Amino acid sequence: MLSYISRRLGVTFLILLGVSFTVYVIFAFLPFDPAALTCGKNCNDPGIIEANRRRLGYDLPFLTQYWVFIKGLFIGRTYGEGAALINCPAPSLGYSFQEHSCVTTLISEALPVTLSLAIGALVLWLVVGVGLGVLAARYRGKFVDSASTIFVLIGTSLPTFLTGLMLLVFVVIKWHILPFPAGNYTPFLEDPYEWAQILFLPWITLAFAYAALYTRFVRSAVIETSNEDYIRTARAKGLPESEVVGKHTLRAALAPIVTMAGLDFAGLLGGAILTESVFNLPGLGRLAIGAVVEYDLPIIVATTLLAAAIVVTMNLIVDILYAFIDPRVRIA
Amino acid sequence: MTLLEVKNLSVGFPTPDGVVHAVNDISFSIDAGETLAIVGESGSGKTVTNLAMMGLLNSNTAQISGTARFQSHTGEIDLLGIDPNELQKYRGQDISMIFQDPMSSLHPYFSIGDQIIEAHQVHNKVDPDVSKERAIELLGLVGIPDPASRITSFPHQFSGGMRQRVMIAMALVNNPSLLIADEPTTALDVTVQAQILSLLKDLQREFKMAVILITHDLGVVAGAADRVNVMYAGRIVESANVFDLYAKPAMPYTQGLLDSVPRLDRPHTNRLSAIPGQPPSMISLPDGCSFAPRCSRISEVAGSKCLMIMPELTLRTDAHSARCFIGERAGA
Repeated sequence: MLSYISRRLGVTFLILLGVSFTVYVIFAFLPFDPAALTCGKNCNDPGIIEANRRRLGYDLPFLTQYWVFIKGLFIGRTYGEGAALINCPAPSLGYSFQEHSCVTTLISEALPVTLSLAIGALVLWLVVGVGLGVLAARYRGKFVDSASTIFVLIGTSLPTFLTGLMLLVFVVIKWHILPFPAGNYTPFLEDPYEWAQILFLPWITLAFAYAALYTRFVRSAVIETSNEDYIRTARAKGLPESEVVGKHTLRAALAPIVTMAGLDFAGLLGGAILTESVFNLPGLGRLAIGAVVEYDLPIIVATTLLAAAIVVTMNLIVDILYAFIDPRVRIA
Repeated sequence: MTLLEVKNLSVGFPTPDGVVHAVNDISFSIDAGETLAIVGESGSGKTVTNLAMMGLLNSNTAQISGTARFQSHTGEIDLLGIDPNELQKYRGQDISMIFQDPMSSLHPYFSIGDQIIEAHQVHNKVDPDVSKERAIELLGLVGIPDPASRITSFPHQFSGGMRQRVMIAMALVNNPSLLIADEPTTALDVTVQAQILSLLKDLQREFKMAVILITHDLGVVAGAADRVNVMYAGRIVESANVFDLYAKPAMPYTQGLLDSVPRLDRPHTNRLSAIPGQPPSMISLPDGCSFAPRCSRISEVAGSKCLMIMPELTLRTDAHSARCFIGERAGA
């Protein structure tokens, strides 16, 4: 088990190295000058541009730049010298001239927002998706099943930005049920109530589409599992129906959900771009989108790398978890 | 003592094309400690008959009528008339069932110990440790080596024959008075088949239980059963003790079945004889004898009586009855 994990961690490290190199290559060969971008869109002073090029290390050969970047991840990095010295401690992901801040600092501010959004949505969509899916399977062809089908249809066909905007328009603006949540994200530790109030609609928006997908998935998984021979065995033993469904059926039906939820969650942590934009949440998605619009290369590289790291790590976690869930899966 | 007496059992499954008459008005009984074999080809209603008695058919999709009087530990009950929630108390305690495919009949996510302990716990209010002792005892009895340590193993760690032994241990954990074995050896190698059958026989003696052995293998029947019911198209077409049936089968279908079994005591011909034709559609059963269209001796009955009138199950000699116009006693 331990050797498996350490081997997988080694592979994970190599994958991330590959991803970071690829991202670096892509941006190195893009047809614009990162140094010129640092002094604003209308800046034409070659002196400032060249000075910035040196400060940010864009004058170095490509491979050296990459090496300095990787080194910065582990030992931190300094830009410029003397009074203009900027220090980004490890793990340094670079320095954003547009934001005048170390990228690591920017990310550490945005990550908790995205994390809060993703965790809340995950809980919500798992509860709704699994609950409704099981009910629909148990009462197949009955009212609950038909209602869930409609829910699935709406959930999978409505785009996130539309759901979000409609919630904003009706719940906040027309009916005044919740205050307008623009831009004033409050950390959980500061004020949990405020935190939840601001994230409530984004959670629903994000969870809605996923809950619909999961309802459909759980429903068919439960129905499929109900037809297994071992479920008939459980019934033949004389187990009450609640245990046949709640223990024997769900245990087998929900195992694949762990994989699904893990990967979907990882995808969201990379930034729920649409939801964050609609609700003006200062998360990773908005950080990335803003950087793309501004050609802010260090941030783009960092967010891409972070998203890749999260997905790869989550894959590892899911694989390990699965070995605990399904005894047939051997880790070696 | 009559343990189970089934009267006029019929099972139909409504489908868009019409009702599938899987079991049609069958009656039979079994004494305590006796082995009754139910023989017939696929789709003849053997399994459905027993699933109906166990209450394991979905009440939404199956129409069941008839009575099945059973001497349970609480007195006589009607398996077909009793409330499904009530029946669950007798399932796995008075009547147990083992199934055809041991590879899929055990839950892959729970250890065999947990599954057997669960079967004991659900019917006995005892400490889990007591159930565990019982499980180890049973596993030893069915021939699992080193049961105390194997109890934590999972089904996939056993071979097919061993899994069927585990199924048997689980079925017997509550000392049932009736064991329904639904093709218990069909999925196993021939050598393992013999082991499982002799194990069942030993355990039957030890536990003093009656066994309903469902099979299509007349070789299995000859070695294991006291009495045999031959089923065709959802009806019992011949019922006799095992010696009478093999010595002088009264129904051409039974004769056909016996002729299709390879025998060592007969001259080797190039081919085994097969019964020509197909079983009838269970949706629109013929008016006359269900077997008439395939019967090789139909010319022995005057006119087209076999195609027009369904013969009754009539007594031929002591405890030997058949559903055929040929050889009916005068006036019967």
